Amino acid sequence: MELTREEEKSLNGEHGESLQTAYRILSAVGEATDAEKLVPIHWAHVSGVNYNTIGDAGEEFLANLSKNAKFKVRTTVNPMGYDKDSVEKFGLDENFIQKQESIRKSYGKMGMTPSFSCIPYEIYDLPGEDTQVSFAESNAAIYANSIGHLKTNKESAFSALASAITGKSPYSDLRKDNSPSMSISMKVQDPNELTFGLLGYFAGKVADKSVAISGVKNLDKRCNKSLCASMGTSGSCGKFVLDDNSNASEKVDFDENEMQNVFDELNTADSGDLITLGSPQLGLEEMTDLAVMLKGRSFKKRCLIFCPRTIQEQARSLGYAGQLESAGCELMSDCCTCLTPLVTKKDVDSVTTNSIKGAYYFKNSNGLDVNLKPLSEIVSDETS
Amino acid sequence: MTQKIIVKGKVTGKALKSNQPINFLGTIDKKTGEIIDKKHDLYGKKIKDSILVFPNGIGSSVGAYTIYSIKSNNVSPLAMVCQKVDLTVASGCALANIPLFILEPDEYDKIKDGDEISLG
Repeated sequence: MELTREEEKSLNGEHGESLQTAYRILSAVGEATDAEKLVPIHWAHVSGVNYNTIGDAGEEFLANLSKNAKFKVRTTVNPMGYDKDSVEKFGLDENFIQKQESIRKSYGKMGMTPSFSCIPYEIYDLPGEDTQVSFAESNAAIYANSIGHLKTNKESAFSALASAITGKSPYSDLRKDNSPSMSISMKVQDPNELTFGLLGYFAGKVADKSVAISGVKNLDKRCNKSLCASMGTSGSCGKFVLDDNSNASEKVDFDENEMQNVFDELNTADSGDLITLGSPQLGLEEMTDLAVMLKGRSFKKRCLIFCPRTIQEQARSLGYAGQLESAGCELMSDCCTCLTPLVTKKDVDSVTTNSIKGAYYFKNSNGLDVNLKPLSEIVSDETS
Repeated sequence: MTQKIIVKGKVTGKALKSNQPINFLGTIDKKTGEIIDKKHDLYGKKIKDSILVFPNGIGSSVGAYTIYSIKSNNVSPLAMVCQKVDLTVASGCALANIPLFILEPDEYDKIKDGDEISLG
């Protein structure tokens, strides 16, 4: 990768340690992806905010980096480990809270926009078509490319952080152009958001950097987000296009059999002790939709709903938050289903959710069993 | 034989080879370096001081922090060898200074689990 003289100087440490670190990361990524140069990016979204995922090493790294580094472009951040408003309900230890606070402060010092959300695309206006951004959160990167008409690679926590500090990213892969080499034919009838989650998980496993999907017409928000999140979990694919006439060389079917295989891999329980909704976090449309579905009904067990703080505030002023709470939901902001330290084996054995991404991490990181159901079934089975 | 060196280094060690991609977040315990995903073919193995050979990284972008953490916690492999690159493994290894090699397909296929290999 060709660097300008100034970029070269930064890589050699002439502009300080933090810029050197950032350029070291960008250089490695540039080499890895055969980029010829760095290009400006206009928005970074970083992951690596939850103490539960980055641990002590991550917390110390950020504390050190934030002594000098400043974000050069707008930088939104992923969810952290808890919602300050309800943290005392969950019995987290003092060390966790201290370390999480330190992480929040480090990002604050560097100049973050405190979104604490994995759905930046639903809470901020998107820039114009083909704008180069740098999104680490995998569902957000896939959403930005596939639905938001933006350009990003499926960035890592460090590559997006390096882009936030330098305002640049290697010009490669999905930033240039990436015609899908594979087309997946959707053969399952009457799909719901869980079906699209299972399709996304399958697609992530078999596809390369981008994939065409045939046999699917307009998707609603819930299905789109489910597809993006599960695709990001199982693979390295960063974009999908709905296209019935793709000239991709490889064609694969997603039928009932394939769907069942994925379901059996992730579904390990017939019921859950607790319900979680929101991985990715719920947007306003999903919250209002759910409030309508729950009219006159009430959850029979605990149901946690994860949404961005701004969405919770909007839902509250519109009256929907109150309706959800009346139906027994607990609204949580600044954190997410995924990698939450709030749902542990200490309290529950199994969780009911409609999120494939949530299911994967509940199983692998939290060590819990998972009961997968679409939202409509969760409402019909778990409320009265 | 090396197609690409993403992070430089000279290493000799025992190959720990997986046929499955790795989502570092959720597959590897960042404190112990143990593979904790029951569905993974390296389940129960420790990656410390091995040369970790696997097709590519997948999944969470935060996996890069896991790679940095295993190095900080002294449970990291000596090097990683992949079939194809992904941004999480490349950036994680770059920051943690873990040598990372991408091999030509036939060279990659030749490596068997447990082989003593030298790279760099």
